[in-house]
Amino acid sequence: MIEIKIAVCIKQVPGTTEIKIDPQTNTLIREGIENIINPFDAYAIEEGVRIRERFSSGEVEVIALTMGPPQSREILKEAISVGVDSAILLSDRAFAGADTWATSTTLAKAINKIGDCRLIILGKQTLDGDTGQVGPELAQRLGIPFIGYASSILEINRNKMKVKRLMEDRYETFEINLPAAISVVKDINTPRVPSLRGKMKAKSVEIPVWDAKQLEADEDEVGLSGSYTQVVKIFTPKIKHEIKMIEGSPGEQVEQLYKELKELNVI
Amino acid sequence: MEIKVNEETCTGCNLCKKVCLYDAIEIVDGKAVINENCVFCGACIEVCKLNSIEITGLKEEQKDFSDYSGVCVYLEANGDRIADVGFELVSEGKKLADQLGVKLSAVAIGSSIEKSALEAFQYGLDKLYFIDSPVFSDNLDDIFAKALVQVITRYKPEIFLAGATWFGRTLIPKVAAILKTGLTADCTGLAIDEEKKILLQTRPTFGGNILATIITRNARPQMATVRPHVMEKKKIMEDKGDYKDRIEYIEIDEKKFKSKYKLLGIEKELNENINITDYDVIVSGGRGLGGSEKFSMIKELAGLLGGVVGASRAAVDSGWISYPHQVGQTGKTVNPKLYIACGISGAIQHLAGMQTSDIIIAINKDPSAPIFKVANYGIVGDIFEVVPMLIKRLRDGKPLV
Repeated sequence: MIEIKIAVCIKQVPGTTEIKIDPQTNTLIREGIENIINPFDAYAIEEGVRIRERFSSGEVEVIALTMGPPQSREILKEAISVGVDSAILLSDRAFAGADTWATSTTLAKAINKIGDCRLIILGKQTLDGDTGQVGPELAQRLGIPFIGYASSILEINRNKMKVKRLMEDRYETFEINLPAAISVVKDINTPRVPSLRGKMKAKSVEIPVWDAKQLEADEDEVGLSGSYTQVVKIFTPKIKHEIKMIEGSPGEQVEQLYKELKELNVI
Repeated sequence: MEIKVNEETCTGCNLCKKVCLYDAIEIVDGKAVINENCVFCGACIEVCKLNSIEITGLKEEQKDFSDYSGVCVYLEANGDRIADVGFELVSEGKKLADQLGVKLSAVAIGSSIEKSALEAFQYGLDKLYFIDSPVFSDNLDDIFAKALVQVITRYKPEIFLAGATWFGRTLIPKVAAILKTGLTADCTGLAIDEEKKILLQTRPTFGGNILATIITRNARPQMATVRPHVMEKKKIMEDKGDYKDRIEYIEIDEKKFKSKYKLLGIEKELNENINITDYDVIVSGGRGLGGSEKFSMIKELAGLLGGVVGASRAAVDSGWISYPHQVGQTGKTVNPKLYIACGISGAIQHLAGMQTSDIIIAINKDPSAPIFKVANYGIVGDIFEVVPMLIKRLRDGKPLV
C-alpha cells in the first residue's frame, strides 16, 4: 500500500547556455537552443526517487508533473527514465502565459486531483523565469508548509519530516508536518543517469494529459488571464562594455592594476 | 485570449522567429504563424517593426484601487540588525513615493531590532510600523507572513517592496499568495508609469540575457522583491533621535502566532558563517586554481581587501570549497563594488551571478575566456604569479617595479 505519494513539479526550459545576442540588432539569436529539463528540477526528481528508495517497495510513489505545451512530454519521459513511477502532463492553450500565481493555481488543481500527495518537491527556481516563487505560492494555495532551499531530508514518514534548509550564511533544520512542499538546492544529491530499464520504460509509457476542463479550471483563473502580473516589455540589456587589458610582465601588470584600483578608490 | 499575427501587414521578415525562445513561430507562406509552444512572453511583439502581432481577448477589469495608497518597504532583520537591503529599498521607495506624491512607510518585525530599524528614518521614511515580539526571533516563514499580511491589509499600501534575500524569496511569495496579488521577483529596476501611476518592475530573466518589464494587473498591492546591493542607499536626513510620533507599535496576540515550523537547530559552520552577498569585495577562484589548498591565496587576497571568498561552480563541484561560496545561477547572485575572478573562465551561469558588480577584474591565462567579456580590467597571465604579487603589493605597500 502507498504510504507516501510524492509529486515532483518540473518544467521544460530553453537551455540558456547557448543564448547569443546579435550585436547589430541587440536581439537574441534563438537558433540552436535545445529545450531541456530545468537543471534545478533534476535534483527534485532525484530526491523524490531517493526517498522512495528509503522505503520498502510499493510504499512510496513518485509522480512527475509538468505544465507546458505538448512537447514538454519529453521531460516527463526523462523523469521516468531516471526512476519516477508515473507522469502527468498539464497542457492546454488556456494555461499559456501564466505567471507564478496562475502556474501555482494550475499545479494546485492537479495535485488536488491526484489526491493525498504527502510531499511536493520542486527545483529552487527555473532557468528561464528564475523567480523561485511557484513553490511557496503553490504551498500557500494548498495550505501546507513550504521549506525553500532544502539541502537535506534527514527523516521522513507519512506524517512528518525533518529537513535542513540552506540560507545565505547558515543551515536551519526544521521539523514539519506533512503534507508539505519543498524546493531543493543542488547540494541535496547528485542526479543519476538513466538506466537502460528506465529508458525502455520511458519509451513505452503512457503519459496522460490533463487540460483545463479535466482540472475543472475556469479559463479566467489560469494562463495569462489568471495572472496578476503581465510582461509589458522585453528587451536585451544594452551592454556598453569596455575592458582595459593590462599588459606587461606580471610585476608591471600588478603594479598597473594596483594604481587603477587606487584611483577608483576601491582599495 | 489569443496571440494573432496580422497577415496583411506581416512580411514574413523572420525577426520574430529569431527572438522567440520557445520555438513557437514558424514562417509559413511568407507569414509568421504562432504555434502552441507560445508562452505569451511578448518578445515577438516587441521586436516586430510593423506592429503585426498582438495579444487579444485579455479581459481588463477596471477595479477601483483608490483605497490603496503609499509605498511600503519590508525591513528584514538579520539578528538584531536590519539587513542593508531594507535601507536600500527605503531609498528607492522614497523616489517612487515622491513621484507618486504619497507617503513612504516601512514594516519591521522582530525581536530587539528597534534601534537598527530607526535608522530607516534617515533614508527618508515617513512612518514605521513595528512589531516587536520574541515570537519573531527565528525565521519562521508562516508567522512572519501572517504578520506582514496583517500590516498590509490594515494600511493598504499600493506598492510593497522587500529584499530578494533567501528568506525573502520564500516568505514574500507566501504573503502575495495570501493577499491574492502579483509579485515580481528579483527586480533590478523600478519606475513609475507617469500616466497610469503604476509600478514598472524590471527584472532579468534567462540568466540576465533578457530584461522584462512587468506590471501588476487587477490586484493590489503591487509587490516586488529586489536583490541586495542593486539599489543605492542614501541617507538624506539628519538623525533626529526621537521618532516616537512616526512609529506605530502594532500589538499582536502572541497566542495566535504559533508557527507550524519547528526549528530544531541552526548550524553556522566555522568559517562558513559568511554571507558573501553582504560584502563589498569578493575574490573568487575557479577551476584554474587546481585544488583546495590553492584557495589559501584567494583567502589571503580577500582578507587584505576586506572582502570574502567566492567560487565558481567548477571549484565547488570539485570539493575545493563549500557551496555557500558559490557565485552564479546555481549559487548566489552578487553585486559587490569589486569582483576579482581568478582562474575563472566565465561560464554564462557564473556571469549571470556576478556581471552586475561595479568593477570586475579578471585574471586568466586564456585571453579568449568569456570572463573577459564582462570584466573592466583584464590580466592575461598565470594566477599563481599574479595573485601572490598582488598580495605582496597590498601587504607591503611597496611598488613592485
